[in-house]
Amino acid sequence: MSYLYAAYIATWAIHIAYLGYLLRRYARLRTEVEALKKKQ
Amino acid sequence: MKRAFPILAVLTAALLSYGLYAALIVAPTERTMGDVQRIFYYHVPSAWTAFTLFFLNLVASIVYLIRRNPKADALALAAAEVGVVFCTVVLVTGPIWARPVWGIWWTWDLRLTLTLVLWLIYVSYLMLRRFSSSGQTPVMAAVLAIFGALDVPLVYFSIWFFRTQHPQPVIGGGGSIDPRMWQVLMINWAAFSCFAGLVCWSRYHLEVVSREVEETQALESLLEAGSSR
Repeated sequence: MSYLYAAYIATWAIHIAYLGYLLRRYARLRTEVEALKKKQ
Repeated sequence: MKRAFPILAVLTAALLSYGLYAALIVAPTERTMGDVQRIFYYHVPSAWTAFTLFFLNLVASIVYLIRRNPKADALALAAAEVGVVFCTVVLVTGPIWARPVWGIWWTWDLRLTLTLVLWLIYVSYLMLRRFSSSGQTPVMAAVLAIFGALDVPLVYFSIWFFRTQHPQPVIGGGGSIDPRMWQVLMINWAAFSCFAGLVCWSRYHLEVVSREVEETQALESLLEAGSSR
């Protein structure tokens, strides 16, 4: 059973890590958009 | 799409939760391997989803080469990136399944080696996109994507035409599967496909907006440089 749980946990760890990366990039993009709006 | 996104996300989360429940509880226990066989319900749908995303990358790359449409290029990049994530899942869950069943984590079997090569090709594609500053990068990446996609049928059909350590395919190729297992497999495939679709759309949207911001920033810099003269 430990191998089964390890596989499922690893799958979600990979997906969550990628989602975290996307969220960080979205946050950075939002900051850049706000900076551009302030300039204009 | 923006308005439908939260609804689709909730539906996908529900489908993924049911897929997990079905894989762990509903699906019957396989006689030879026991519970560890349930890795199948994550391993196989992840592989099929990765193949679909690499196919999407191929189509978008061809469209980009023909029409030079930047949105096709952004879609190709998004599909490749999410495809690499799913291919990573395949390469991680495979050895975790192989260890208790085969007694080894990895073997240089044709299917396994070709899957690793496929992953390396698309990682190279992403590296090229990330680190090359040439104006020709999208064209080079699209050409690489076309060559990379040639590995997908090789991976899929390797177990049809060659005797390998990897089990025979569940679709065609003489493989058979319990109908309840088949149903759970399909639920998980649908769930992971919806999840991949949403993540791919988010990545595509991020790429399109990032490019617009970069263009505006470049324009601002030019205007500032012009006004300071």
